Amino acid sequence: MNPLSDFSLTVKALSYAYGKKAALTDINFSIAAGECTILLGPNGAGKSTLFSLITHLYDSRDGEILIKGVELKKDPCRSLANLGVVFQQTTLDMDLSVLQNLHYHASLHGMTRKQASIRIVEELERQGMLARKDEKVRQLNGGHRRRVEIARALLHKPSLLLLDEPTVGLDVPSRQGIVDHVHSLCESDNLSVLWATHLIDEIHPNDKLLVLHQGAIQAQGSVSSVCGGESADDISRAFKQLTQAKSS
Amino acid sequence: MKLAHAAIALKGIIKRELWRFLLQRERFVAALVRPLVWLFVFAAGFRSTLGIAIIPPYETYILYEVYIAAGLIGMIQLFNGMQSSLSMVYDREMGSMKTLLVSPLPRWFLLMGKLMAGTFVSILQAYVFLLVAWFYDIQAPWLGYVTLFPALILAGLMLGALGMLLSSFIKQLENFAGVMNFVIFPMFFMSTALYPLWKIKESSELLYNLASYNPFSQAVELLRFALYGQFNLYAFLYTLAAFIVFMAIAVWGYNPSKGMMVRKGGGPS
Repeated sequence: MNPLSDFSLTVKALSYAYGKKAALTDINFSIAAGECTILLGPNGAGKSTLFSLITHLYDSRDGEILIKGVELKKDPCRSLANLGVVFQQTTLDMDLSVLQNLHYHASLHGMTRKQASIRIVEELERQGMLARKDEKVRQLNGGHRRRVEIARALLHKPSLLLLDEPTVGLDVPSRQGIVDHVHSLCESDNLSVLWATHLIDEIHPNDKLLVLHQGAIQAQGSVSSVCGGESADDISRAFKQLTQAKSS
Repeated sequence: MKLAHAAIALKGIIKRELWRFLLQRERFVAALVRPLVWLFVFAAGFRSTLGIAIIPPYETYILYEVYIAAGLIGMIQLFNGMQSSLSMVYDREMGSMKTLLVSPLPRWFLLMGKLMAGTFVSILQAYVFLLVAWFYDIQAPWLGYVTLFPALILAGLMLGALGMLLSSFIKQLENFAGVMNFVIFPMFFMSTALYPLWKIKESSELLYNLASYNPFSQAVELLRFALYGQFNLYAFLYTLAAFIVFMAIAVWGYNPSKGMMVRKGGGPS
């Protein structure tokens, strides 16, 4: 048995550069099943580049990415089948209805109409969005659009969910709702989550942290171990120390 | 890639393109009005000044409107190819292209699916145009409407692949207008869509050469012959070769490790 398949995501010695400008340097981490890992970093830290590499929008010669033990570079189709993504920008088709958007996604994952219909109802129900299934996405508010995107990302039952700053531009109750819901999915579905953010208050005490700054990992581990490593009282102070010290 | 998965995905991609197309009624009307204006106004005006000799596939003297009809079908497909590529640049800027590209299917297949969806829409437009033209007395033999179908597929794929190739090289939507001017208009005017090659040769040898090597000319000739139930082998091979070359460059352009999306640098968009 491949021990790497125990991890939903493994990133080994990953580096990436835009021309000569290094964006990521020697990134190493892994996420176990049911684990919620918060990728914390200021703007421009390299979070979106890392997401583009994990989703295979970009490809790097240096390093390896394995999703559920399958090497992304060697078998992108099998790897991506285990991945659900919520991008920073809304990627829903504004002029189509919620149902049409979800059916489109289901078809890309090879789900039959019947399978898709069952899964769509299940996921929309969980997100409290079933009543709005026939509405055009354009008519939904930001929070509801995000919920539809999370439902869409989970339709094909991935083992890993990536969220790239999904709460940007949302009001406090919508933000809190999404943070709590995604955390509950880790427990209920044994789902692994990689959540990129620069907002400290989205972190739960049991989360794993990955602090990214200037393209390199500055610290990783549990909330308490990262705080302990920086002799800080809370994560906010630890984050400040980790990112400001290196900038100066 | 499993065949059933591929079939479901392809159906999904085409369906989405159709949904979008049906929602954008202005796009449908514009796609139809453009060639009809050329037919009713431009061709009618030029009828008296341009005489068309008997050239294959026509077996008799024809009116200019009859000659230009095949070129206008090509025009519909040319504009549709560019429109699809414009929507790909838009999708990329808006992010919905990402949804497609992170699907568990080979990238070439996803791009091909998108291309087929666009071609399907252009074929619908072409037949609606032909229906209107029928009432304007531009009537091809019945068989021609059937033999035109495979020609429309190949010409649509070739012009769509050209659009896709362009979209992979264009980073921002704003840059698109320039490309439209530098690609669509020269391609259309330097082709056999509006005047036959021998007529162009009479006025300029250079233009004649440009028009004969223009893949759009060959696509138009393929359509013209097919509309009259004939097969133009040279035009077919030329269009097919152009499609393969354009598609190969487009797939390369969208390749995550080699293509222009990375080469252009900057952060992920």
